[in-house]
Amino acid sequence: MVASSFLRKCLTTLAGLLLLSFGSLAASQIEDQTEQFFRSGHTNNWAVLVCTSRFWFNYRHVANTLSVYRSVKRLGIPDSHIVLMLADDMACNPRNPKPATVFSHKNMELNVYGDDVEVDYRSYEVTVENFLRVLTGRIPPSTPRSKRLLSDDRSNILIYMTGHGGNGFLKFQDSEEITNIELADAFEQMWQKRRYNELLFIIDTCQGASMYERFYSPNIMALASSQVGEDSLSHQPDPAIGVHLMDRYTFYVLEFLEEINPASQTNMNDLFQVCPKSLCVSTPGHRTDLFQRDPKNVLITDFFGSVRKVEITTETIRLQPDLGNMESRYKKEWMDEELMEPLKYAEQLPVAQIIHQEVTGHQMLARW
Amino acid sequence: MAAALPLVLFVLLLLGPVGRGHAEPPRDSLREELVITPLPSGDVAATFQFRTRWDSELQREEVSHYRLFPKALGQLISKYSLRELHLSFTQGFWRTRYWGPPFLQAPSGAELWVWFQDTVTDVDKSWKELSNVLSGIFCASLNFIDSTNTVTPTASFKPLGLANGTDHNFLRYAVLPREVVCTENLTPWKKLLPCSSKAGLSVLLKADRLFHTSYHSQAVHIRPVCRNARCTSVSWELRQTLSVVFDAFVTGQGKKDWSLFRMFSRTLTEPCPLASESRVYVDITGYNQDNETLEVTPPPTTTYQDVILGARKTYAVYDLLDTAVINNSRNLNLQLKWKSPPESEAPPVPFLHAQRYVSGYGLQNGKLNTLLYNTHPHRAFPVLLLDTVPWHLRLYVHTLTITSKGKDNKPSYVHYQPAQDRLQPHLLEMLIQLPANSATKVSIQFERALLKWTEYTPDPNHGFYVRYPVSDSSSYFVRLYTEPLLVNLPTPDFSMPYNVICLTCTVVAVCYGSFYNLLTRTFHIEEPSTGGLAKRLANLIRRARGVPPL
Repeated sequence: MVASSFLRKCLTTLAGLLLLSFGSLAASQIEDQTEQFFRSGHTNNWAVLVCTSRFWFNYRHVANTLSVYRSVKRLGIPDSHIVLMLADDMACNPRNPKPATVFSHKNMELNVYGDDVEVDYRSYEVTVENFLRVLTGRIPPSTPRSKRLLSDDRSNILIYMTGHGGNGFLKFQDSEEITNIELADAFEQMWQKRRYNELLFIIDTCQGASMYERFYSPNIMALASSQVGEDSLSHQPDPAIGVHLMDRYTFYVLEFLEEINPASQTNMNDLFQVCPKSLCVSTPGHRTDLFQRDPKNVLITDFFGSVRKVEITTETIRLQPDLGNMESRYKKEWMDEELMEPLKYAEQLPVAQIIHQEVTGHQMLARW
Repeated sequence: MAAALPLVLFVLLLLGPVGRGHAEPPRDSLREELVITPLPSGDVAATFQFRTRWDSELQREEVSHYRLFPKALGQLISKYSLRELHLSFTQGFWRTRYWGPPFLQAPSGAELWVWFQDTVTDVDKSWKELSNVLSGIFCASLNFIDSTNTVTPTASFKPLGLANGTDHNFLRYAVLPREVVCTENLTPWKKLLPCSSKAGLSVLLKADRLFHTSYHSQAVHIRPVCRNARCTSVSWELRQTLSVVFDAFVTGQGKKDWSLFRMFSRTLTEPCPLASESRVYVDITGYNQDNETLEVTPPPTTTYQDVILGARKTYAVYDLLDTAVINNSRNLNLQLKWKSPPESEAPPVPFLHAQRYVSGYGLQNGKLNTLLYNTHPHRAFPVLLLDTVPWHLRLYVHTLTITSKGKDNKPSYVHYQPAQDRLQPHLLEMLIQLPANSATKVSIQFERALLKWTEYTPDPNHGFYVRYPVSDSSSYFVRLYTEPLLVNLPTPDFSMPYNVICLTCTVVAVCYGSFYNLLTRTFHIEEPSTGGLAKRLANLIRRARGVPPL
């Protein structure tokens, strides 16, 4: 009797121990799975960087956009995945004392323009219509590839906008505006067409927080340089160039990004702390309620860099050269070309021919 | 020699299946050159030319192996059935009177002219798509080329390459004078070069030096050329040229000496391994062996003399593929020092130059004038003038006058295509004989149009550009461009709609609103309430019952 109860007790404790071990194993597996779930599921990165201001005294907006462009390129996103829109040309502006340069730090320390820059939309092409067409993908069919945002449902997109703005709108080139409602609707169109996996929206304008108030699509995280009712201020002027070089918020974001390399594990919470009120004078804001993951699990390189997950395989793959096709083609070309009669160059100014030439079709011919 | 070549290749092909390791002889070649010319005004002009020649039939779409010829341009040629393509981006203006005639002339802004093959059915559609594709390749706003700035010249812009017939219906020409040229146009241009900017002459192409110049022009020219002396087969030639003029005062601190390092902040290190020729030519025409006016270091191994643009010139030649030139230090910094200061002679006046200006006053009318100078003492030249004026300047062709030496000058050929509002620009082509030692003035009156308010650019007070090339023939063919004109159109005050709305709404609210209120408002006399709490309670109950209160 006692033995059976003792046995039963042993069995139950054994069963309990086994269950516990299984439970812990299952828990760790679940933990792994949840961690996998919260790691980003993106496979490619895109960036849309927009500067909306024209004229020489808005030099700082172009410098803002170029500094983000430079960081994003440095961290790995190639030019083919960046859509850069600059509303005016500052580098080769006749008022620029150092042509082909755009500086972000005074005393000309850092040239953010560089030697290898590709601007996709420039000057008069930066309009609200073109911007919305790029985002939503409704572009005329003859648009070249470099001007398109060819993202898919596994793309993480960084959208950076800077310029002059107000409560609920952003001014494009001093002639038109985009409102926060239009922007929110554009993002919703992108979500419906599955054009992004996650989206990070950064805006550096006056009253920037008003631009992200109306977003309603999932997986969007937004940062702004100032709250509604506040102005974003510029950083420092350069006496040699004569204008303010950068805005404060983007200046400190640039300094923060200069510390990041493709392998860094810094997360978004650090980016939220980038510019406290003592440095920025305005209060930067952010919005994460539409974002599914916790910002502390989101790496900076998820949006600013282009970190690829690479699988290394040890198989050998043999490539067969296709020589037969090449040879038959060369033979055909060589045989055909010798049959033509000799060609000659055209005379550039055949005076006699021009005087006696007949103009065909609908063109008028004025006779003296 | 030429006949032996295909035979040799046949033999190689026969051996092909037996020995798979045989490499095909390269069918493309690259030749790069740099010409440095000191200009009469003390500035220095540097012209780069990269020629890639490819023996291939690009019209067939099966071409898939590109070696030196860039794939982006090769695919353009086959997709749009191009015969010739000429695209240039220029910042600044070549001052012919101070600098002499240029090697390559280009108008300010962007210029694109294309000859299509005879097989193209819809030329305008291909033209539009081509300009869009090029705007993507070169990061330029070439997509603004549309029917309002495209013309089809009937006598100028003959093909520069091989041509069977010249039906001008397959030619399209457009100019964007407002186009800005900056590093983003240079970057893709450099990427088309076989050695990119890593080796050869292209290491000198650094944007911060190239744009700190008085004149910067880069161009891409594609045309078919003869493959052999008999010209029975065709090769494609891609010519990429870049011309810059360095200002003596900005780069040289006032001294006329120059060196490669001072101009480009780089020196030459090695030739491009893919180039079959890589040479630097330095103009030493002022060099006189007895007087020693100038000194070039390192001393050249060979010199070359020729008649260029009507003048006899001597060049010092540095061949980068010659191992003696690039020695062990792998650093070639060409320098030129003037021993005795050059005689400050008046710059040689070019025999042909042109000038253009707008006269008149006010924002309604004006007059376009072009002055063509022929400074040759006894020779007359025929000149073909091409004028494209945007539609918003309405030309009055009956006021067109051409005078030389005070007398009327009748053109031997005139072609005029009037503009259609918002559809096409004016096109005026004239063949004029310029008498010797004269100035010919071509003038035409115009009226400025008022645009719709949505058609103005975001900065309308800058003005609108008008432009115009001139071409000429003599013993050698020269094409000249005049300076771009900036014309102000009557610009509305864009803040007026806001002002009008504010003012009108204020007037309506104050005047009409108060009048309306006076008419429609009814007035009730209200008695002051007396009585205490009991009366108020009673009134409440009476109101609830619907009975008039006390």
